[in-house]
Amino acid sequence: MIIEEIMHTDVVTLTEDATIKTAIKMLEENRIRHIPVIDENNHLIGIVTDRDIRDAKPSIFHSDEHKEDLLKPISTIMERDVFTAHPLDFVEEVSAIFYEHNIGCLPIVEDDKLIGIITETDIFHTLVKLMGAHQPSSHIEVQVENITGKLSEIAAIFKKRKVNITSVLVYPCKDIQYKTLVFRVQTMDPRAIIADIEKEGYKVLWPNMPGVIE
Amino acid sequence: MKEAIFVYSQDQLSYKFNDDHPFNHLRLNLTYDLLQDLHALQESQIVAPRIASDNEIALIHDKQFIEAVKAAGKGRLSPGIAANYGLGTEDTPMFANMHEAAALLVGGTLTAVDQVMEKKAQHAINLGGGLHHGFRGRASGFCIYNDSSIAIEYMRKKYDARVLYIDTDAHHGDGVQWAFYDDPNVCTLSIHETGRYLFPGTGHVNEKGSGKGFGFSINIPVDAFTEDESFLEVYKTSVREVIEFFKPDVLLTQNGVDSHYYDPLTHLSATIDIYKEIPKLAHELAHEYCDGRWIAVGGGGYDMWRVVPRAWAMIWLEMINKRELVTGDLPLSWVDYWQKEAPVQLPTTWSDPDNLYPPIPRKQEITEKNYKTLEKALFHIRNEMKMK
Ligand SMILES: [Zn+2]
Repeated sequence: MIIEEIMHTDVVTLTEDATIKTAIKMLEENRIRHIPVIDENNHLIGIVTDRDIRDAKPSIFHSDEHKEDLLKPISTIMERDVFTAHPLDFVEEVSAIFYEHNIGCLPIVEDDKLIGIITETDIFHTLVKLMGAHQPSSHIEVQVENITGKLSEIAAIFKKRKVNITSVLVYPCKDIQYKTLVFRVQTMDPRAIIADIEKEGYKVLWPNMPGVIE
Repeated sequence: MKEAIFVYSQDQLSYKFNDDHPFNHLRLNLTYDLLQDLHALQESQIVAPRIASDNEIALIHDKQFIEAVKAAGKGRLSPGIAANYGLGTEDTPMFANMHEAAALLVGGTLTAVDQVMEKKAQHAINLGGGLHHGFRGRASGFCIYNDSSIAIEYMRKKYDARVLYIDTDAHHGDGVQWAFYDDPNVCTLSIHETGRYLFPGTGHVNEKGSGKGFGFSINIPVDAFTEDESFLEVYKTSVREVIEFFKPDVLLTQNGVDSHYYDPLTHLSATIDIYKEIPKLAHELAHEYCDGRWIAVGGGGYDMWRVVPRAWAMIWLEMINKRELVTGDLPLSWVDYWQKEAPVQLPTTWSDPDNLYPPIPRKQEITEKNYKTLEKALFHIRNEMKMK
């Protein structure tokens, strides 16, 4: 899945001469946490976040002093080194940027122009969908040896039981000799499948008692 | 006005997928028999279910889906098309006359609704209903038509009632929730095992409704291996606060009984004790807030021998204020008769044996986590109540 399919295109923006006071108002009114800053050609030149604002706001202990600070332009507080993404980037790549740099939002830029924005929450919702958790399904975890062909062997068991797989994830295990396969399958009664998997000699990690597995 | 009526007929057993399927409405028969043997069910209290009309079913379901179910029941639906409607799967296989069977379960819930809304009875119960996974255009999780959703829409249209739907099945009440996700006149509260592992996977605490309906979907996903105390703490606190917040005209409770330790499809660790408490509070609050209007439907429950008959009988006995019957031994006549059919040892007492299961290793953590979930689920209600 590419970012274009999940990004927001109605982006709230400001120019760098807008005041901090205006930025605060826009953040609150739109209930957002990030405002990209653009120039007259719609080129991205920076970003202001609620955190920058919090740092710039007079402390509540001095709320009457330094009121003039709020009238300064946002160019004095905005971040100029902004990570961006391209509409054709994959969701997985973009998730990695969020993960590595611990950021809350990414402006989407094409031809140097700002065309959208994506937040951590959007990524999270998308991952939930990609994992298939939004479709009625049950969850089964199987531990397999880390060698080729294991996924297809387990998948064959599902096929035999005529149960539709909503999603598959392959997790690394602590012990690199093994992998965990996580299936979401479209059935309310996975008992027969689990029995089949165990009969083939695989270890089913879930369902299991709490505290039994790390 | 009668105190309560019991919707039932043998025909409800026609909702039957196959002999090996975990959903088996013989449990209706088992419950009915238990109440008969207790002399707690009079002829005058029993009302036969009617069959819901196509127009009534279409209050919630797509016309094409209804046509597909009809065709499936006549053996005239190809497997490929059936799959698009969630039919012909392991969960909801096709069977002869499945439309008629499903329409009768819906009609049973509508019968219960009319009895209560037309003041013929204070309370009504249709244990054949409670099929909460049915979607607008798709069967799911053993459910074809969603009788609760249809009944709620029917009460909205015909009686202009504000409806509080409380679902204590171990599975999330997804079908009903999504049907009214943006409706501020229908509040759905579902307490269920977390969807992290269990079907259908939804019912997260953050699913709170959308648009005008924001705040009127409430979900409390409890952890696997949750026990009685924690379950009841979550149930009692949330139900009381939600009803106080929403002030409904009528209460519809879905009484799935698959949270029991014996249930083969779920991973909760409740005992039969919670099924005495659940209807008790619903009953009390129906009188306090809804002028007594309380409709109860069945739902899940896959240990149909040891759990369902006792648990469902408790709802009826609560409705007719015969709580005192729920102690000591079960009628010997019932145990003797059904033990011949049962593949397991039937219980002989109303309560479960002590030490039903070995101690749960992480009880304290599970209880604490459930409490945090409860707080998150009620956060917006508590905030709004403070501002009033
Ligand atoms: Zn259930």
